[in-house]
Amino acid sequence: MNLTLKIWRQKDSKSKGQMVDYKVTDISEHMSFLEMMDVLNEQLVNTGEEPVAFDHDCREGICGMCSMYINGEAHGPDRGVTTCQLHMRMFKDGDTITIEPFRATAFPVIKDLVVDRSSFERIQQAGGYISVNTSGNTQDANSIPISKHAADEAMDAATCIGCGACVATCKNSSAMLFVGAKVSQYALLPQGQVEAADRVRNMVAQMDLEGFGNCTNTGACEIECPKGISLDNIARMNRELMKASLS
Amino acid sequence: MSGFFKSSIGRKVAMALSAFFLMFFLLQHFAINLLSVFSGDLFNEVSHFMGTNWLIQFVMQPILIFGVVFHFVMGFILEIRNKQARTISYVKNNGSANSTWMSRNMIYSGIAILAFIILHFIDFWFPEINAKYIKGDWTGGHELVDGYRYFHELQVKFENPIRVAAYVLAFVFLALHLLHGFTSAFQSMGASTIRKKRLQTIGRIYSIAIPLGFIFIALFHHLNHH
Repeated sequence: MNLTLKIWRQKDSKSKGQMVDYKVTDISEHMSFLEMMDVLNEQLVNTGEEPVAFDHDCREGICGMCSMYINGEAHGPDRGVTTCQLHMRMFKDGDTITIEPFRATAFPVIKDLVVDRSSFERIQQAGGYISVNTSGNTQDANSIPISKHAADEAMDAATCIGCGACVATCKNSSAMLFVGAKVSQYALLPQGQVEAADRVRNMVAQMDLEGFGNCTNTGACEIECPKGISLDNIARMNRELMKASLS
Repeated sequence: MSGFFKSSIGRKVAMALSAFFLMFFLLQHFAINLLSVFSGDLFNEVSHFMGTNWLIQFVMQPILIFGVVFHFVMGFILEIRNKQARTISYVKNNGSANSTWMSRNMIYSGIAILAFIILHFIDFWFPEINAKYIKGDWTGGHELVDGYRYFHELQVKFENPIRVAAYVLAFVFLALHLLHGFTSAFQSMGASTIRKKRLQTIGRIYSIAIPLGFIFIALFHHLNHH
């Protein structure tokens, strides 16, 4: 298929960017979106132009590295997938595809479609862990009974890959789905109870400090999340913070 | 606890608490207004009680005014902060792909409701304050009618079709605001509303039935008093 691409080009974090039009031809519907971008970049390199910078790593939907706001949606029009898993069969011959970086004050653009998501790392560092003594005397994991329901919910929350699609798609650039998932994956398990109050307080404080917006419960983040992280995690985070503030 | 209300989640909770209070107020306002459809005398009696009872006038009324002002001011503050969280907009954004119009436009339905409240205050509240607190008339009487004035004033106000149209439009915006706001308030308080279908159903019934009821009352008096 032949496509017109409207891509955000920005030389560096200080430059003012703009949308630039490109044409790509003979794109297979079996290609992933990133492979289509590879074709474009090869074309640009061959003509002596600067290739489009975009984030990618595993290309298996696991690492959370790829981003892109495609035709007005984080990770494009498909559901439950990252951009690397988005296939060109989702588009038609002759389509014009708009490709932008994830937009948020807390995700500044570094170059073209690459944004700095280290604000997520700082939130995680503020409390997204458990302090466990691993000096050779850790007990067997199976000796701590955990209900199937709690284990499943914790695992579901832990599948968050921190890609930032929730922030990108939220009209308020809120990071509450990400933080809610990270708070929940520990809050649901006995190992996470010891530091539960400090964890939620510190992670929410860091989230606010990074400049993310307030959640208004539109539910867009849950729809666009490649891992289907539930809004219930935001509700649980709210409960955890209320509980921590009262204690 | 003061630190909690300075956090983003604390502000959400504060918005939800004021929303619960306003939704409860709306329900009792509707119940009293509905009396006017069945009996003018009963509506007069209840209105006079509400307008002269010291607990309602000097305790509940100030709390209500604070609740209304707080909900609007906090709504605007949150909107400004949220705008700051994305200073460069998307060239193409397909919001309808993942969220409802109501959820994305709470600020605009809220502004429409604010405009209505100002009109409503000019129509009913300011004249009452003027009669009671400026002129010192606590009798509830009117020179043109025997007994209390409240039902008569209600009928006179709804004679004007432009005013009725404005009220109907405002209640449509109120329904749109509530259709998202009801479940959103519960979600902010930590309830998993998406999973709890019953809460969603109650929310939909409340959000449509109450504004529709207010529209019915306005139209009823417009059509029955000429």
